[in-house]
Amino acid sequence: MATIHVDGKEYEVDGSDNLLHACLSLGLNIPYFCWHPALGSVGACRQCAVKQFKDADDTRGRLVMSCLTSATTGTYISITDPEAVAFRASVDEFLMANHPHDCPVCEEGGHCHLQDMTVMTGHSLRRYHFTKRTHLNQDLGPFINHEMNRCIACYRCDRFYREYAGGTDFGVFGAHDNVYFGRPTPGTLENEFSGNLTEVCPTGVFTDKTHSERYVRKWDMQYAPSVCMHCSLGCNVSPGERYGEIRRIENRYNGTINHYFLCDRGRFGYGYTNRKDRPRVAFIAQDGKLAQASTEDARARLGGLLRGAKHVVGIGSPRASLESNFALRELVGAENFFDGHSDAEHVLVAQAIAILRDGPVASTTLKALESGDAALVLGEDVMQTAPRAALSLRQAARGLGQKLLAQQKLQHWQAGALENLAQDHYNPIFVTATHATRLDPIATETCRAAVEDQARLGLAVAHFIDPAAPAVAGLDAATEARAQRIAECLLAAERPLVVSGTGAGSAEILQAAANVAWALHARGKTVGFFLAFPEANSFGLGLMDARPLGEALDALANGAAEVAIVVENDLFRRAPTARVEAALDKARLVVVDHQDTPTTRHAEVLLPAATVFEGDGTVVNNEGRAQRYFQVFDTAYYHPDIATTESWRWLRRLLSDVRGDGHDASTFDEVSSACAAVLPQFTAITKAAPQAKFRILGLKAARTPHRYSGRTAMRANLSVHEPRASQDADSPLAFSMEGFNGTGTDNTPADQRPGALVSYAWAPGWNSPQAWNKFQDEVGGHLRGGDPGVHLFTANTQASTTYFTHIPAAFVVDNTTPRVVALPQIFGSELLSSRAEPVASRITEAYVAMNGTLAATLSLAEHDSVAVTIAGSVLSLPVRISDALPDGIIGVPDGAPGIPRIATGAQATLKVGAAA
Amino acid sequence: MSTADPVKLKDLPKVAPFVLHPDDRAAIVHEKTLYDYPRAAVIEALKIVQARHGWVCDAAVTAIADVLGVTAADVDGVATFYNLIFRQPVGRHVIKICDSIGCFLTGYEALRAAFEKHLGIRYGGTTPDNRFTLLPVVCLGACDRGPVIMIDDDTHFNVGPDGIVALLERYA
Amino acid sequence: MNADTVFERPLTAHIDPTREPLSLKEYEAVGGYAALRKAVKEMAPGDVTKAVKDANLRGRGGAGFPTGVKWSLIPMGADAPRDKYIICNADEMEPGTFKDRLLMEGNPHQLVEAMLVSAYAIQASRAYIFLRGEYILAAQRLRAAIAEAMESGYVGAHILGGSWGVSLSVHTGAGRYICGEETALINSLEGKRANPRAKPPFPQIAGLWGKPTVVNNVETLCNVPHIVNRGADWFHGLSQGRSQDSGTKLYGCSGRVKNPGCWELPFGTTAREILEDYAGGLQDGLKLKCWLPGGASTDFLLPEQLDLAMDYDTIGHAHSRMGTGLIMAVDDHQDILKVLLNLEEFFAQESCGWCTPCRDGLPWSVKILRALIARQGRRKDIGILEEMTHALGPGRTFCAHAPGAMEPLQSALRFFRDEFEAGVAEHPAPTPAELQVLT
Ligand SMILES: Cc1cc2nc3c(=O)[nH]c(=O)nc-3n(C[C@H](O)[C@H](O)[C@H](O)COP(=O)(O)O)c2cc1C
Ligand code: SF4
Ligand code: FES
Repeated sequence: MATIHVDGKEYEVDGSDNLLHACLSLGLNIPYFCWHPALGSVGACRQCAVKQFKDADDTRGRLVMSCLTSATTGTYISITDPEAVAFRASVDEFLMANHPHDCPVCEEGGHCHLQDMTVMTGHSLRRYHFTKRTHLNQDLGPFINHEMNRCIACYRCDRFYREYAGGTDFGVFGAHDNVYFGRPTPGTLENEFSGNLTEVCPTGVFTDKTHSERYVRKWDMQYAPSVCMHCSLGCNVSPGERYGEIRRIENRYNGTINHYFLCDRGRFGYGYTNRKDRPRVAFIAQDGKLAQASTEDARARLGGLLRGAKHVVGIGSPRASLESNFALRELVGAENFFDGHSDAEHVLVAQAIAILRDGPVASTTLKALESGDAALVLGEDVMQTAPRAALSLRQAARGLGQKLLAQQKLQHWQAGALENLAQDHYNPIFVTATHATRLDPIATETCRAAVEDQARLGLAVAHFIDPAAPAVAGLDAATEARAQRIAECLLAAERPLVVSGTGAGSAEILQAAANVAWALHARGKTVGFFLAFPEANSFGLGLMDARPLGEALDALANGAAEVAIVVENDLFRRAPTARVEAALDKARLVVVDHQDTPTTRHAEVLLPAATVFEGDGTVVNNEGRAQRYFQVFDTAYYHPDIATTESWRWLRRLLSDVRGDGHDASTFDEVSSACAAVLPQFTAITKAAPQAKFRILGLKAARTPHRYSGRTAMRANLSVHEPRASQDADSPLAFSMEGFNGTGTDNTPADQRPGALVSYAWAPGWNSPQAWNKFQDEVGGHLRGGDPGVHLFTANTQASTTYFTHIPAAFVVDNTTPRVVALPQIFGSELLSSRAEPVASRITEAYVAMNGTLAATLSLAEHDSVAVTIAGSVLSLPVRISDALPDGIIGVPDGAPGIPRIATGAQATLKVGAAA
Repeated sequence: MSTADPVKLKDLPKVAPFVLHPDDRAAIVHEKTLYDYPRAAVIEALKIVQARHGWVCDAAVTAIADVLGVTAADVDGVATFYNLIFRQPVGRHVIKICDSIGCFLTGYEALRAAFEKHLGIRYGGTTPDNRFTLLPVVCLGACDRGPVIMIDDDTHFNVGPDGIVALLERYA
Repeated sequence: MNADTVFERPLTAHIDPTREPLSLKEYEAVGGYAALRKAVKEMAPGDVTKAVKDANLRGRGGAGFPTGVKWSLIPMGADAPRDKYIICNADEMEPGTFKDRLLMEGNPHQLVEAMLVSAYAIQASRAYIFLRGEYILAAQRLRAAIAEAMESGYVGAHILGGSWGVSLSVHTGAGRYICGEETALINSLEGKRANPRAKPPFPQIAGLWGKPTVVNNVETLCNVPHIVNRGADWFHGLSQGRSQDSGTKLYGCSGRVKNPGCWELPFGTTAREILEDYAGGLQDGLKLKCWLPGGASTDFLLPEQLDLAMDYDTIGHAHSRMGTGLIMAVDDHQDILKVLLNLEEFFAQESCGWCTPCRDGLPWSVKILRALIARQGRRKDIGILEEMTHALGPGRTFCAHAPGAMEPLQSALRFFRDEFEAGVAEHPAPTPAELQVLT
């Protein structure tokens, strides 16, 4: 800690911070542009100037950039000094000289940091009366708009995109007042984190293109705290709604998980919720086709169906909430509740959970990954399966720069010096995979091999770390040496990381990863252990100990069960088509979902489920953190005939119909509490967020900003009489601007707004995402009201380490029936985001990848067509040659159009020339 | 860096598709050895390519990036930063007139006017016969002998408006 | 003192622009490479630094920072990083400056030897001469000299048979004034955009590729072999008591003077001597209006200040800077606004574009000056220029480029206010010629 003096007042601050950071953390306002809590200081914009004095007696002082000045004890500064105030105003005036006056048509307007800072600096009159410099814009693809004339050259985009995110197709061009930020040539921004440019850019150069078409001002959207459903990491998001459509996703700060950044899948994948082809009322099959039905008719039909059935199975889903899965389990009975994962994933998820729950090392957090200083990434292609984790791993790699800064006694925020000292050197990261991954460029070593060989390497590493871990016999000398190198590197690190997951489709990989983590733990290391799971709520569903899906399919196919209720799941993604069809042909099928999938077409009754934006629920992320998401808007407000509601509510209604108890109106808290009561592993979930009765200063928290406009006219097409705002019995949030909207920095006690109830970033004078500063205990730290979410269990550090002892046999190459691996894709592998138009346009075409040797033996060249037979289906695919693939292995992109979901590990046969 | 439509394509002289000459590649590879990091050779690489082709086209930027193992964005960020790298085609000879204070005091303006009149182009322009491109350049470090100009690699001192016709004769 | 006074000119003694520079043999014949031999064979690296410190050699690149002090910040000894660098700043681009060209074209071996001795002092592993791209002849001559030196074993792995070695190469730039700023120069050498770097860390700690690095001007370095050969006392004596600063200085004069040129003179020679005795005064019919003491980024001084000694402190006390020490004489036929426009256009064009006041302020100042010249200025424009001299001043911007740009502007506003006032629009309409300047 350090004591600094600001405008005559004494404050305690973190002395390792710079003054800007420290003052913002104190809640003081200093305008800034080029500094960003995650990007550090470079001193380019000169906006953050303050007056610094030598001591208490110095009255002259000199201007310094607060972002470049240490907040050391004995620092005397003034923010309000007239010279500093005048200089800051002139900096803003310079920035505004060339800035277009297009705020009324600019999509940044209303959440623009430049607007905020212009107000803050007091620059209000334009004195510049000459022509402005102009630029041409680039087409940057389906996600991002480019409007260079608005650029104020803070260099943040470049620093984020290239240094922080490792993007290669972006840069700064030109010089003097003609600096240009963009791609070398127009085209789609390739980096998986490009969407963050929209928030990193303090003005409207980079804006969200997916939002443009249905644009609405920030203050005219309705928000709720939400969780991204597109992978298992559970990044927090802030979806904005208008007129019953989700219009945009922005990052919602969570200091333990995603902090300032999201991946593009998470940001741009929301369009599935706005699709016109979604079921929004109930459907009942008539003459082999689904026809719209009233909710009453559907319930009547279902009541009869369920009461009459001898044996009903319920199939849950890893993309449905705990409450929905639980309600299904309640409806059909625990013994009839089946996992919605594929059978292979069922095993993997169970294995992963067992490792984290029963082993001595619990999961680390996404944020904590960043402070690792050596990593082994075993088998998991994180960039594709859990993208945000790849960004964190990159920061772990860049952490070397921090070490070098510390050696030079330089501060952690000296961004320029960091780049300079580190050049292109990184902390050691070892990456194993069957194929080339996007982490390879920063990897110290990559190992491309079949999963069993990767597992053998991992097990050998564990053995080198702790000889008590089983040895691997029969390794070649090179692998042996490599294992030793990795082991030494991890042992030498202060905070080694072990990253793996279910994505490689191998329990042996998970076991090997566990052995490495446990071995490090046994050697007294603080190890960061991180496993990616298949989907948003895989962990939660896995904790329910449901029976595997295959058993349900068998029971249906052989007539043991006659009715199946499938909740938010497309079974064709979970099991081979023939097997699913055999089951569904026999079964009477009830589907509750918000998407039209091949499964819904087999339904006898289809009930329209709410998406994550339309309902409440809890999901458990990959670290075992239960997080609550809240309904963003009430669908019925705009369209009273829409019947969508949460799956759990449908299932509760059905339960009440079956029981005939008339208890029709379950609330979220009821279901959630029941889940916590019935299944002790979920005891903590009721603490994930405050319950519905919670109030702040007697108020619910507002879902819409103060300035939200037009509510009184929103339904004028239906009736000019304004209805009462929708009431929310399920949460402490109000569908209204009437409610608590404070940050806790004003006159309200700091902890009155729990982090879980912050829907969007806004504070007086701070309309842009930079407003998160106002919600944090210290800038870039945790939310003052607590980072959302609760861990369902804590580390069992006392558990004795019982290593996995199974050593898989080495992979045997067989080029005649090569093994298929499903190559995970950030765009395409996940169902919901692939149903968003902009994401769909980024999905790769189908292909089959193989190495040059295999291609040569088959006389195949790049682009040649080949017939690939996998598990009975024949696909005609163009060849892509990738020497990163090992012998005996071919890859197909998971989720590419025309490719069925293939379980990694299947055998294929290749036939040249023939087309399917 | 190129934008959606920076220059109308029809305005560009026809140029053959770019190939990195083997000698140039070798020269760039040699330059790499002079530094601890290959990236440091980027300016020299740009100059090597420019020496042969007169300017640096998009494809050359990519080719240099490949040889040096850096991104095209990095190479182009450098190429567009410096004055002496041309990212648009230029004539066979590039005339650079020093426009800084020393030459300004000794008659730069008249000299510039004379060049523009004689060649019928302004700064940034290339004569229709593709012979000359006219550009300003900052102080050439010969203020005692101003006005100073450079044509290609030759520096000419004490250049007056009257002398330019004869001078340009030397550059076919 | 007049032009005939005889005194020592160590730096230019062997420069004769009418002939090819000395070859290695010729250079050795006049005592060349003796300093390198002496340093490597007889002196510890620290002794060389001490000699330079004792001599009170101050940087000739413009800022006058003591060279020995700069070197002594370099980590030395067994724990020091293996890679250390010395870079000669030969990016000479300050308008009005033409001294380094003379030294490099005139006696390349002198600089090569200087680099080697200096490299020895800090035990550098690599040495680079960062030469501006337009200096074609200097590049040829330096490269030839380095090749000769390599053949003679002065450059390479085991210099003069000892354990220390250094490589030396010429790195030519691609044109940007800002490359002369030492941290921008380092970025440029690394193959990056030449934006300056934040200090700290200073280059001596984390410079080129994050390693200890010294950057010195050509003229500064050229003094080093002579100091090593002849010692600090001799060096102090060179300025003949005319200045607290030691040594000689390459002074010069340009503009419309009778005999423009560059001369090596004792430190502290007065501006009047340079202008009148050496440059022969202004051309017939012209009178001195004002003068820039050392490049475009120095404040104007008036004719009545000609008797000032040209050294850092004296010129500094007169509210200007000695800068590079090459005087630019502005005659009375010049419109100060047009002179300023030329200067500010230069600075605006050469701004690296990194920090706000410089990037967006300088082009604005240019537009105001154009408007004033066209008699279309607004009264508040003058106030804006005045504000800029503060907002772009030292400490406000990221590097010294913009503050340099403000020096001529602030002094012009002080001395020639009426010419600015005349540009405000109430005044008669501009002539067509005046209008042309606008475009
Ligand atoms: C904008 C700017 C341009 C500069 N240009 C040069 C230059 O061309 N040559 C030079 O030697 N120093 C130049 N300098 C000074 C250098 O930054 C640095 O101080 C100098 O190279 C140090 O060498 P010295 O101590 O030997 O003078 C410039 C400084 C600034 C701020
Ligand atoms: S003052 Fe700023 S913009 Fe100007 S050259 Fe220096 S760093 Fe670049
Ligand atoms: S925030 Fe400090 S200079 Fe930009």
